[in-house]
Amino acid sequence: MPHFAFDVAHMLAGLLVLVSFMMLYQDRLYALLRVLALHAFVLACAVAWQAHIQNDPELFITAAIALGFKAALIPWALHRIVTRLGIHREIETVVGIGLTMLAGIGLVALSLDVMLPVTAHADPVTREDIALALSVVLIGLLIMVTRRNAVSQVVGFLSLENGVDLAAAGAQGMPLVVELSVAFSVLIAFIVIGLFLFRIRERFDTVDLQALDRFRGERR
Amino acid sequence: MLVLLIPLIAAALLAAIPNYRISARLNVLASLLSLLAAIGLLLHRPAPNQYLLVDDLNSVFILLNTLVGFTTSVFSASYIAHEQETGRLTPRYLRYYHAMFQLMLLGMNLALLANNIGLMWVAVELATLTTVVMVGIYRTHEAIEAAWKYFILGSVGIALALFGTILVYLAARASAGEGMDAMVWTSLLAHAHSFDPALLNIAFVFLLLGYGTKVGLAPMHAWLPDAHAEGPTPISAVLSGLLLNVALYALLRFKMLLAANHGSIAPGPLMIALGLLSLIFAGFMLYRRRDIKRMFAYSSIEHMGIIVFAFGMAGPLGNFAGLLQMTMHSLTKSAIFFSVGHVAQVKGTQRIAEMGGLTETHPVLGWTLVAGVLAIAGLPPFGVFTSEFLVVSSTFAQQPLLAVMLVCGLLISFGALLWRVTAVAFGEPRGPTGPVQASYVPIFAHLGLVLVAGIWLPGPLVAWFQHVATMLG
Repeated sequence: MPHFAFDVAHMLAGLLVLVSFMMLYQDRLYALLRVLALHAFVLACAVAWQAHIQNDPELFITAAIALGFKAALIPWALHRIVTRLGIHREIETVVGIGLTMLAGIGLVALSLDVMLPVTAHADPVTREDIALALSVVLIGLLIMVTRRNAVSQVVGFLSLENGVDLAAAGAQGMPLVVELSVAFSVLIAFIVIGLFLFRIRERFDTVDLQALDRFRGERR
Repeated sequence: MLVLLIPLIAAALLAAIPNYRISARLNVLASLLSLLAAIGLLLHRPAPNQYLLVDDLNSVFILLNTLVGFTTSVFSASYIAHEQETGRLTPRYLRYYHAMFQLMLLGMNLALLANNIGLMWVAVELATLTTVVMVGIYRTHEAIEAAWKYFILGSVGIALALFGTILVYLAARASAGEGMDAMVWTSLLAHAHSFDPALLNIAFVFLLLGYGTKVGLAPMHAWLPDAHAEGPTPISAVLSGLLLNVALYALLRFKMLLAANHGSIAPGPLMIALGLLSLIFAGFMLYRRRDIKRMFAYSSIEHMGIIVFAFGMAGPLGNFAGLLQMTMHSLTKSAIFFSVGHVAQVKGTQRIAEMGGLTETHPVLGWTLVAGVLAIAGLPPFGVFTSEFLVVSSTFAQQPLLAVMLVCGLLISFGALLWRVTAVAFGEPRGPTGPVQASYVPIFAHLGLVLVAGIWLPGPLVAWFQHVATMLG
């Protein structure tokens, strides 16, 4: 049933883009973290489905990492950091939510417009996956630039990384995907541990990056 | 592969040894052994396999990498002894520091040796993670902010580079075959002519943005000055001298793929534009710097701009000039950071306004700094002059208008560097004038090499670089 396989893969990838949009309009940190967990969960489903239709058991490991590490452990750790730092207030955004959503729509249109023509020779599953993965990556970047708060920037980066993971899973027969996703998880773990260890709250009394800017050597 | 094994074993040992005096010596020893192993690679070249590869191109980088790694470890031994006395670093952090130093060398050597685009990406990531830890090691406000900024920007760059890597795999899959073959440099290069050009173009844009962030090219350079200024000075030396080169090496490899594919865009104009932008932007930024390490960080951006520009011009002469410029910059810039490190330790500050008259109070240190700055500003008889002259003259032959812009950029930064170094080296002595326990050997060794290269380039080296230049296309 190749048609059915394609439809499900397409739906899961589309769902991931949809959840990315959900991140754009969250204005509370706890809610944002819940959406992040959902994002990683959808990613795990999409990767597992790819593993199934490509008959590639190694991809199940990637899916398991996404489920256990990114959908459970990381949101939980970030949740604890937010609680401990006492920053579960509203997120300050740089531009309004409406404008951000419009920009997000523009980015999705852009990535479809860029990727679909150039992947014309690839098989349809890969083709749609890559195009939608690029949308997720770009929306992740958008989240990072429109948020001022360090934790929500990290959330933006994590969603960006989920997009890259989707692309890696969609690229049929790509070797080393598991190794790459493990290496990426190490990076993420470092970022979260960095939030803990650097104790940005303790040092700067805020995780607002604008306040960090004041400590730049040039303005001393 | 001894070049990889030595740092790995050394990192494990250094993590276990609590005494910093022993570990500083062990660090030097391990770096020396890596250098010897790298020289061994020149004499006996193992056949490439799916993961590792040694060819003329990466042996230039590996040799430079291990050489500067070794001299930096010598400098670092005297540098951290002072930091330990002043209490800026405790023995526990020094243990981290030494283990991380070797891990970082491992990451960079692995990235250079990798015959596999996936493995290369993992190695660049390892090098990034270890340098982030090192930049933040002082745990001051500034150091933590610098490390955080470097971390976030570096991570985004790395993520984009991975996306580009995946796209390269997709482009290669049809002709190089599914599976490992589509990720191995040697087979990628053999099949590059039949890749889908449109997909390769988009992949290169992502790779240029991703690895370009790590090279420190102008719009993505924001992490670089902070990371250089706030980390320990040996790390500034390694960041400028080596890590930027590693990212550049990754870009060059991918550029070779595009050069071998006739349907794809020419990567040259993109690299020329980014290179010129970095050069001119950094040139102007140099005037406003008050922190001496930040100033030399901007000078690194400027030089990476020149190097990327030269590789963008391509052709045997352009590539040759770029390669020479890169080697000279690594040697000179790390020598400058070595002397700046000692200066900052004597003065107890990095602010240029609080330094002065260095040639009177510390003649050797002051004059080596002056010599280093003259060299990096591109004055004869140093090697940087030779390479910059080559870049400019080869550009004049192809695109006179671009050469004019290049020369303007060079002159702008030349003025800034000379103006600042006069303030530090001459005039009334300012700031503390205590004695200094500096290790001059690494500084003299680097400046000596640069001086020799400026006067006379040995024949075999020229032949080697020329071969690499034709390889790069």
